[in-house]
Amino acid sequence: MIATIEIQRQKSRTDKPYKQTFAVDTGSRATVAELIERINSEQIPEDPVTWERSCKQKKCGACAMLINGRPRLACDARLYEYGEKPIKLAPLKKFPVVCDLMVDRSTMFENLKDLGSWLEENSGEDLTGDAYEASRCLQCGCCLEVCPNFYAGGKFFGAAGLSPSSRLIAVSEAGDRKRLYGEYGKHFYRGCGKSLSCKDICPAGIDTEHLMVNSNAAAVWKRKFRAGKKK
Amino acid sequence: MINIIGAGLAGLSAAMTLAEHGIECTLISAQNSERAQSVLAEGGINAALDTMGEGDTTELHFEETMRGGVQLADPIAVRALTENAPDVVRKLASLGVPFNRNPDGSIMLRSFGGQRKKRTAFAQSSTGKMIMTSLIDEVRKYEARGLVTRFPHHTFVRLLTENGECTGVRVSDNYTGKMYDLHGTVITAGGGLNGFFPGITTGTVTNTGNITAVMFAQGVKLANLEMIQYHPTTIGIPGKRCLISEAARGEGGRLFSEKKGDELYFMEERYPELGNLMPRDVVSREMFFELRDGRDTFLDMTGIPADTWQNKLSDLRKEVMDYMILDPAEDPIPVEPGIHYFMGGIYTDPSHRTSMPGLFAAGECACIYHGANRLGGNSMLGAVFGGMTAAKSAAQNADKSAGADCSEFTGKDAFAVTHSAVFASETCRILSSGLGIVRNESGIKKALAEINALPCANDTETARKAVAQAMLYSALGRTESRGAHFREDFPETLVNFRQTTVSEYNGGTVRVTFDDIPERKTDDSNDRDTAAEKPYR
Ligand SMILES: Cc1cc2nc3c(=O)[nH]c(=O)nc-3n(C[C@H](O)[C@H](O)[C@H](O)COP(=O)(O)OP(=O)(O)OC[C@H]3O[C@@H](n4cnc5c(N)ncnc54)[C@H](O)[C@@H]3O)c2cc1C
Ligand code: SF4
Ligand code: SF4
Ligand code: FES
Repeated sequence: MIATIEIQRQKSRTDKPYKQTFAVDTGSRATVAELIERINSEQIPEDPVTWERSCKQKKCGACAMLINGRPRLACDARLYEYGEKPIKLAPLKKFPVVCDLMVDRSTMFENLKDLGSWLEENSGEDLTGDAYEASRCLQCGCCLEVCPNFYAGGKFFGAAGLSPSSRLIAVSEAGDRKRLYGEYGKHFYRGCGKSLSCKDICPAGIDTEHLMVNSNAAAVWKRKFRAGKKK
Repeated sequence: MINIIGAGLAGLSAAMTLAEHGIECTLISAQNSERAQSVLAEGGINAALDTMGEGDTTELHFEETMRGGVQLADPIAVRALTENAPDVVRKLASLGVPFNRNPDGSIMLRSFGGQRKKRTAFAQSSTGKMIMTSLIDEVRKYEARGLVTRFPHHTFVRLLTENGECTGVRVSDNYTGKMYDLHGTVITAGGGLNGFFPGITTGTVTNTGNITAVMFAQGVKLANLEMIQYHPTTIGIPGKRCLISEAARGEGGRLFSEKKGDELYFMEERYPELGNLMPRDVVSREMFFELRDGRDTFLDMTGIPADTWQNKLSDLRKEVMDYMILDPAEDPIPVEPGIHYFMGGIYTDPSHRTSMPGLFAAGECACIYHGANRLGGNSMLGAVFGGMTAAKSAAQNADKSAGADCSEFTGKDAFAVTHSAVFASETCRILSSGLGIVRNESGIKKALAEINALPCANDTETARKAVAQAMLYSALGRTESRGAHFREDFPETLVNFRQTTVSEYNGGTVRVTFDDIPERKTDDSNDRDTAAEKPYR
């Protein structure tokens, strides 16, 4: 099949964005990531599209971008999902563009510092049973892109803050809990409108609703949480 | 100041260790830690925790690591690795890594290749991701305290050197293109050489191999470059090979080959004791022979019980279903060997010093623990323990560079220009032709002639070409078969070759020599040596 790809490009944060269209002869099981690589090496080796990728198997979160308006991992997006229609690529909108499809997601990592996302004491047993699920977060930012309440620089950190928080709430001992519960309330619970757009979009398939329910119970309602605990 | 290049398991572990000792460091990486290859690790991490009631010991872990590496690793380093492994895993557990647990709460262990006891701690089949998440948080604590300063979108350009000593590192900001000189001792933890084989390894694109290549060009010695691990079970997915973790076989998966309806469980047939869990070099070679005979190779996981799928391999199953549109619980899946790990790399001593004073190395970029063939589960261990050890050694070196700083470099640097994709794929094509699972002199020589004729457009390409040449010269010079290096023209393992292959770059030429391995410290009878030279065949 001949795939048509339209890429929004921008030399730098301050330059004007422009669009470039490419046609690539390929199989329908190819991924968008593969196409960008091919376009770069075969069609525009002198002026390749800048973008981020690393694992090429949906496990590192690097290649998040807008594909036909939806935040996705380019290495997860297969052409057949888009039929014959042109595929439009653009950088995530909630973060400043560095160049072309590459954005600066530093704000996510600054947020986790503000959230105090670490343990001061040794961990205990997994209280909510969520440590594994929550540890899977890629810090890709797709959830933030669709979250109605998140903006860069704000106090509310979205599901990208929920997952690390939930991990820590799950494994923390008494000495860490008060601090972690407080930060969770301040940077997540109070700002979340529970629309759950994050759950639908998360490319890692993290059940953010489940994490919220358990973390709310532990941190906000202070319920002793035993239900989801591993046997 | 100590500067750490690379923020995967080894770099994070080094940063954590320094910070625990109150020593400041920088942590430099082309991308955030979440994007490092370490997050891909699946099956687990080895430690003789002996929680399965099998009477496992660190001594046995030592012996099997040495044996798996066909006695090519430095026994002093391996001794330290295996003795400290239980503490390393307990430390990780204390950071909240959700290891699978036994009913009594102890850490559960699974079987892995080349090991007679269950010794591999795991978190389902996403162990690397789980450990990374916990280590990233732990290091974040020290970032907030000002002990660790991240340079998280910065690419290595070159080492700063004075009179042959490393005095710092130059990096380039991927966002602005600006370059900075960071002065002080350097620990490199930049990952393996998969960038020499783009598109055909299980690793990440980020590990281009440029760090090691430039360091080589700057005079740092490399070792055992011919030792490239082909993992027996990989599948082709868009743009790369995808690993099917050894955990699949650890939990009961079986390999078979098939031709015209005739099925042969070749590993079980030929190696009754360890069967499907022979070390990777052996399994990949057997698969190569099956494939060469026109027999297709499959991994049969249909006998794995439902609760194992659910509690130990759920991610693996999902991945196979995604990519192959096949349920591995229902049908055998076609698999083939693929390039997975580099035992060779920067020549590193047991305290993680390199040949250049002021430079230390840890993780997959370092040649130290795995000899001629790495056992599954030993590399995450080597990365975490290696990071800790390198940090301690570097700390002893660091006082010399007190008052170190960071300054912008406004000049031009020849190594700031990277290699082209075409150059990378040409190198890959040539190297794979000479450095397959089964090698011979004419194939290696042909590849060498091609590499020697490859034109370079910039200094980075020249440095990469030198590493590629060193890989081939190493393979040519080792006229024996050992571990991952199998020469069909020299199939025997020779006691004389229990030597490290050392590559050096000097005045534009690559030189390969063989260095003796430090004597084994304890209970090393000649008998055992001879036996060890023919471990499995
Ligand atoms: C699919 C897969 C599964 C695996 N499973 C297991 C397993 O089950 N058990 C096990 O023990 N081992 C396993 N391994 C091997 C193990 O994961 C790796 O050897 C180990 O994680 C390497 O860690 P590291 O810190 O040395 O390097 P990496 O995690 O590769 O980190 C390298 C760092 O260097 C940075 N970097 C690279 N190039 C540059 C540059 N030019 N400039 C600046 N920074 C740069 C990267 O950004 C990254 O931060 C697996 C490997 C793969 C690929
Ligand atoms: S539930 Fe809605 S508001 Fe809350 S984090 Fe998810 S998307 Fe944002
Ligand atoms: S919660 Fe999901 S979408 Fe959000 S950052 Fe984590 S992995 Fe990405
Ligand atoms: S490249 Fe890692 S998620 Fe796409």
